[in-house]
Amino acid sequence: MSEQNNYTFKDFKSDQEIRWCPGCGDSAILNAVQKAMADLGRKKEEYAVVSGIGCSSRFPYYMATYGFHGIHGRAGALASGVKVANPHLSVWQITGDGDALAIGGNHFIHEIRRNVDLNILLFNNEIYGLTKGQYSPTSKYGKITKTSPFGTVEYPFSVGELTVGAHGKFFARTTDNNLKQMTDVFIEAEHHRGTSVIEILQNCVIFNDGVHDLITDKNTREEHQIYLEHGKPMLFGKDNNKGLVLDGWKLKAVTIGEDGITEADILVHDAHEENPTMHSMLINMKLPDLPVAMGVIRAVKATTYDEAVTKQIEWVKESSKIKNMTDLLFSGNTWEVK
Amino acid sequence: MGKKATAELKQVVIRFSGDSGDGMQLTGTQFSNTSALLGNDVSTFPDYPAEIRAPQGTVGGVSGFQLHFGQTEINTPGDYADVLVAMNPAALRANLRWVKSGGTIILDVDSFNDKNLKRAGYVNDPLPELKKGDYNIIEAPVTEFTKKALEGSGLDQKTVLKTKNMFTLGIVYWLFDRPLSYTEQFFDDKFGKKPQIAEANKTVLRAGFNFAETIEALVSHKVAAAEIEKGVYRNITGNVATAWGLLAASEKSGLPLFVGSYPITPATDILQELSEHKNLGVKTFQAEDEIAGIVTSIGASFAGLLAATTTSGPGLALKTEALGLAVITELPLVVIDVQRGGPSTGLPTKTEQSDLLQAVYGRNGEAPMPVIAASTPSNCYFYAFEAARIAVEHMTPVILLTDGFIANGSQPWKITSMDELPKINVPYAKTDAPYLPYERDEKFVRTWAIPGTAGLEHRIGGLEKMAKTGNVSYVPENHEVMTKERQDKVDAVANFIPELQVEGATEADLLIVGWGGTYGHLISAAHTLQEEGYSVAHAHFNYINPLPKNTAEVLKRYKKILVCELNSGQFKKHLTINFPQFSYLQYNKIQGLPFTVLEIIEHAKTLF
Repeated sequence: MSEQNNYTFKDFKSDQEIRWCPGCGDSAILNAVQKAMADLGRKKEEYAVVSGIGCSSRFPYYMATYGFHGIHGRAGALASGVKVANPHLSVWQITGDGDALAIGGNHFIHEIRRNVDLNILLFNNEIYGLTKGQYSPTSKYGKITKTSPFGTVEYPFSVGELTVGAHGKFFARTTDNNLKQMTDVFIEAEHHRGTSVIEILQNCVIFNDGVHDLITDKNTREEHQIYLEHGKPMLFGKDNNKGLVLDGWKLKAVTIGEDGITEADILVHDAHEENPTMHSMLINMKLPDLPVAMGVIRAVKATTYDEAVTKQIEWVKESSKIKNMTDLLFSGNTWEVK
Repeated sequence: MGKKATAELKQVVIRFSGDSGDGMQLTGTQFSNTSALLGNDVSTFPDYPAEIRAPQGTVGGVSGFQLHFGQTEINTPGDYADVLVAMNPAALRANLRWVKSGGTIILDVDSFNDKNLKRAGYVNDPLPELKKGDYNIIEAPVTEFTKKALEGSGLDQKTVLKTKNMFTLGIVYWLFDRPLSYTEQFFDDKFGKKPQIAEANKTVLRAGFNFAETIEALVSHKVAAAEIEKGVYRNITGNVATAWGLLAASEKSGLPLFVGSYPITPATDILQELSEHKNLGVKTFQAEDEIAGIVTSIGASFAGLLAATTTSGPGLALKTEALGLAVITELPLVVIDVQRGGPSTGLPTKTEQSDLLQAVYGRNGEAPMPVIAASTPSNCYFYAFEAARIAVEHMTPVILLTDGFIANGSQPWKITSMDELPKINVPYAKTDAPYLPYERDEKFVRTWAIPGTAGLEHRIGGLEKMAKTGNVSYVPENHEVMTKERQDKVDAVANFIPELQVEGATEADLLIVGWGGTYGHLISAAHTLQEEGYSVAHAHFNYINPLPKNTAEVLKRYKKILVCELNSGQFKKHLTINFPQFSYLQYNKIQGLPFTVLEIIEHAKTLF
């Protein structure tokens, strides 16, 4: 797959005019995907970008790869079909918090459970944008929107928890205003075999502007985010002197040099650990007590669905006496009328 | 002593019935396979309850299997039974209405106790009254003799009682002079690792056979082999034939098969059958729901496979939005709807033809697609192949309608060799010119560019497409152009399907019109009426949308047109929309049951 092709991100741009709102986080994500695909060096014709419905789901039209804009909620099923049909393709599913977690919730958990080798880019802006501002399954409790003028009275999903709950093997988080981090995460997701869920905190400038500011603001993000890398200590902060330790059953943010804490006390990130307990704790970290986790939080190797389907067909073919339709037609109980 | 083979019969209908755990389906299948091997023509129909194990001994839990065999052409499983096997009072109660006067009823007399009579809803023992009627009642001690036959076998009571269906099969084998060898071989093959079980079943089968020979109340009959076309035959059910038709289309098109489906009665067998044929490269995907079933198939079609999804009425309703996606993206897709009684969950295990309007007209927007229907268990093979051929060659979703009756029914099938099927030509996009996804040929068909092919990268989707380029377009005039082109493409399919055939005179007083799974009953009725001198012909539709090009030409030659269907008149509506110049009479049945030949004949006669 990683044949060297000298692509630049421009090779992945289609000739279609981009119709997202000026300043929309989607455009930055598009740039990062195009950059990642150029860096990956895989042949352009091997990419299939598949989506459901929503602002983000217009994405395939702006890519110069194979693309399929589906129907609402069904991106996961569409992507699964494409990948199982042709496992040689690199399939990217573009979806949003409404598409994947409300109308398409069933497909989302089942594609993860099966571990189909897909990259799921879930644009989470905690709002319905294309229908102009109703609350979504990730909107915070009490959120005031057009359909919740007095505040919502329902609890939101956590994308990461849902992924882990569905026995997900790969979960990463990134933000739409960090091109470098997004690109790196997308490349890691592509290298991971299996369902890779990437939650992208994305800003809707029109209907939910600033919803992620506390986390994503460039002036404070070094204090408010922690970028996790496998095998490296969980450090964060402007001076990289803050870190995470276990305090009983909970994670705690500490500062190196204070209260006798040294770098040796800081937890080391193990994304490959199969037991999801620590990953769940990292996923659930919230401000103001803890920084919000970014990067690849969980990446566990497991057989993929598409690989297993292919292998099963190969061994059944080898062991069966029936090699073609004619063999089948005349197999078993037949009789001749003369 | 029973009298051996004194009488010869042209055709016989047998109905096996018992509790859903009594093994009646197996018993019926064994008898039909043995008969087919003897050269009889056979038609079968299982009739089973929706509950897997309804309360024992109740009418609701009765499972039946009817078969019709003979030395003449057999087109239906038969209206009324010559022989009824009833394993308990409930089976008798549920099936007595289907026994011909003068018919034989074989009862497990051991089951006619107070408890079972009460469970079946009988206040008094029905046997004394029944014996006064015009029936030949055989009170067989099935349970007792089964136990005796297996005395000392070391098997537990439960296992012993499981074999009592073989006792009744043994009786019926003797009754119609059948050999036991096919069934004996079946048990040896099935229980190769449990020879004790195989032996027990064979012992009880012989015990039943010997019992029949011993008692005086029975006469054995011969049913000679039918005059049937030369060739190699096998028994096949509609659902297996459907599965195999898809496999044949896969081979003839060179496209591997993908089937995304969610289990639903009575279509599940197709998914199960295809799951067994990974040896032919089939990818079966048991989806999380009906929608995922069709959408994964659309994804697989986009990726270049022959894709199909199988379902029944409620599932087709769930797939509706995705059908529109397949229409607008113009991807090949086969959708198989094995119809059952509706609406809603309706009658899941019973047959009906009530999805026709849903299939032809039931989508948002203008979303035309070809709809075809199989009409016998064995021709499900050809029509599944045909659905795939039209889908691929015309780049469109196609709905194939079958129904619970032909899907579960079986008949001997003269195997169609692969040479007899046409090649399926795949309209691949060419790589030597810039790709225009929605450029059409003279059939209005676009080409298929498979992901992975360099230079053909393109985007499709559910938004309206610009003619030729396929880019998203909201241009008002373009939408009209595209809507018409999609319709033109489906209409043009009429040029690539056979014309409507009539069985009988080209002009007559009455044309009996049907479609789909009612073929056997309608042709049998038409033949009888013709033999009795009535001026009747029969036209049966397999192509529903578009209709065959000569339809109006055919219809105009008959004084009266009688449209018979298992719904309130959906095909009649469809004909009226397409050919309003004719007036149509209708005959409908909405009971979850197939027609009887007799009721068609009787109704037709009232029109003369």
